[in-house]
Amino acid sequence: MASTDSEEGGGGDGPVRLSALQRSLIDGFQRGLPLTPRPYAAMAEALGVRESEVLEALRGLQEARVLSRVGAAIRPGTVGAGTLAAMAVPPERLDEVAALVNAYGEVNHNYRREHVYNLWFVVTAPDADHLEEVLRDIEGRTGLSVLNLPLEEAYHIDLGFPVQWS
Amino acid sequence: MELDEGDGRLLEALQQGLPLTSRPYEALGRRAGMSETEVLRRLERFHAGGWINRMGLIVRHHELGYRANAMMVWALPPERVSEVGRTMARYPFVTLCYRRRPSPPEWPYNLFCMIHGRDREAVLGHRDRLVEELGLHGIPQEVLFSTRRFKQRGAWYLQGGGRRPERPAAAGEA
Repeated sequence: MASTDSEEGGGGDGPVRLSALQRSLIDGFQRGLPLTPRPYAAMAEALGVRESEVLEALRGLQEARVLSRVGAAIRPGTVGAGTLAAMAVPPERLDEVAALVNAYGEVNHNYRREHVYNLWFVVTAPDADHLEEVLRDIEGRTGLSVLNLPLEEAYHIDLGFPVQWS
Repeated sequence: MELDEGDGRLLEALQQGLPLTSRPYEALGRRAGMSETEVLRRLERFHAGGWINRMGLIVRHHELGYRANAMMVWALPPERVSEVGRTMARYPFVTLCYRRRPSPPEWPYNLFCMIHGRDREAVLGHRDRLVEELGLHGIPQEVLFSTRRFKQRGAWYLQGGGRRPERPAAAGEA
């Protein structure tokens, strides 16, 4: 199902409790996944545990939804076409329009933000024509205009995020 | 470096992430129709060519207790954007920093950064520090807190064109 997680407040769900091994995996392996046939075994060796323990810890992180995936962050602009798009959606139509936008395979992030432009989403596609077609399609189906804010320069090298474990 | 057809298949297979099994690259190779050795060779090339920023755990900040997520936008004079963007990107609380094409008059902002904090006060404190230390007094800026996440998953750059739109039921998070 389309996720509609509440970003803040309510629910009372505190941060997930993680084991020492899970924290070490997050601290040490947001990048530099070993490019060897058994990467989890190599990570286990680096951390002084068994491969099965690393796999179990990662499965636990995935179940807790902390881990989206073990995978690659592809540099924006190098493969295909992408853009950040925004819409000013009347509040009473927000759920409807968000669900419509979510349903596109080309949309990978979609957030409500506190602003007149209240719906923000990232669109990626194999090429610029395809991307343009998706934006026009959304405009046509919602009757709302889409702000298209393509990337011009990236200043941040994505190296993962240093978590303060307080 | 050019993308060949095998690279395309591998990137597509990679979008779902690696399985949590002992030989994940072999499994990735099965998805992409190539050997484990070839997967590893191509991934080395992707790193060397700068197509991949990093490989490893892709985590969700929210679930780690970073409940306040804001997009901070600035309308800088064009000649200052690069310098400010490069400096801003070095702050540890700035997780992304991009120059984007503005769309005036509706949207005058040309520099975007993402800031994650444990709460709103922390995020606003980071904003104040950027204004102070980078000399951004008087630069129009806004902080857009996210209040709801409808979707978050890896990008699918390479999917075929014929599958759109997905059925809504298939549009969950990765």
